[in-house]
Amino acid sequence: MGAQLRELRQRIRSVESIKKITRAQELIATSRIARAQQFAEAARPYSQALVRAMEAAAERARLDNPLLEGVEEPRRSAILVVTSDGGFAGAYSANVIRQSEALAGLLRDQGQETVPYVVGKKGVSWFTFRGRELGGEYVGFTGKPSYADARRIADDLLEAINTPTDEGGVDEIHIVSTHFRNMVTQEVRARRLFPIMVEDVPDEIHQAEAGAVRSDNGGSGGSSNGRAAARTDVLPLYEFEPSADEVLDALLPQYAGNLVYTALLDAAASEWAARRRAMKNATDNAGELQESLTRESNSARQAEITQEISEIVGGADALAAAGSE
Amino acid sequence: MAEDLNVEVVAADRKVWSGEASIVIARTPEGEIGIMSGHEPVLGLLVAGPVTVRSTGGEAVVVAVSGGFLSVSENTIAILAEQAELAGEIDVAAAQAELAELGEDGDGARQWAQARLDVAGSR
Repeated sequence: MGAQLRELRQRIRSVESIKKITRAQELIATSRIARAQQFAEAARPYSQALVRAMEAAAERARLDNPLLEGVEEPRRSAILVVTSDGGFAGAYSANVIRQSEALAGLLRDQGQETVPYVVGKKGVSWFTFRGRELGGEYVGFTGKPSYADARRIADDLLEAINTPTDEGGVDEIHIVSTHFRNMVTQEVRARRLFPIMVEDVPDEIHQAEAGAVRSDNGGSGGSSNGRAAARTDVLPLYEFEPSADEVLDALLPQYAGNLVYTALLDAAASEWAARRRAMKNATDNAGELQESLTRESNSARQAEITQEISEIVGGADALAAAGSE
Repeated sequence: MAEDLNVEVVAADRKVWSGEASIVIARTPEGEIGIMSGHEPVLGLLVAGPVTVRSTGGEAVVVAVSGGFLSVSENTIAILAEQAELAGEIDVAAAQAELAELGEDGDGARQWAQARLDVAGSR
């Protein structure tokens, strides 16, 4: 067997085994999407009840919390960037990083410093490779985030926003993560978590928000107006225990934890969806490659046979010619 | 007899228990609060500890919560805690190990471990 043919057969075999691996990855990712969605579904009752309670408390409490009020001229912002731990997910992490850089540029143009808080190994290595200083790094759970992970991140962010800006604290918290719209579409979103913005707004507003993060800068009450407007029915006249202020102060950290948790779950579902798609493409490509390599090896084999035949025929001719002389 | 209460106990990542109940007893920073049907709307904080729900069937459902809050309106009670476990779900050994490991530091985590042990001890 000729060297070329042997090499082709070897390549076919290796493509075959790569295809098996990507195929398995694709199937794993498909099952994980469903699981991530179940987690997101299970977290929904808590989010809804929390938002309702927040609205009730916010109506009655004084709103001087840094999480609600914000400052006139923010000087430093934290950006929570949600990427993935693993690769094999196409441009998933790259898209998030690109969007977060765009947001950071936008904030810098408005005279703000930015501090990245990064979730996922891919993002962490991207930022550390460029020598950026990280506010926090969180790795090891992006495929299956737990509430404790979210709590840890939220605690760090809250600590930063409660620290005066001069002592290294931040004035605003933004998050850049991927939203799972459906199996084929996931979109990167940049949102401001704190000071609080309108809840449950249509998607278009979320998208526009990335381009207009500080457009509500003019009115200092901009952040609190929309919150009450999101709900039209009348809230019951609650009795607060111990007081509306204390209830609100206790609710806000929980709300922060919940926001981060839902963002992580959304991102996890998106990550698996991106991975599934990347692996499906890889499997399809491996199939095509295998086909073309098989064609090549067939023609190489045929060429070899043809050559051998012509050698034999040529040899026999030469012998016959030699014998007849 | 007034109407039954509609009770939901929700943790950050799942719904722990829901059903009809006649009374709910929980601990706020100011002391214990018992809520029966027809109670005025309340939004109260909870401290780490047990929440007892007496269901209409008569049995008592005890849940350990890590703190959180409860909201009462129109005979619907929602108990929201970042962490919540039914008495039957609590892993006593794990909670003890946690408590031992934490030692003196870790206020919230310590209270949560202690609350679970208390609830598990009373079942």
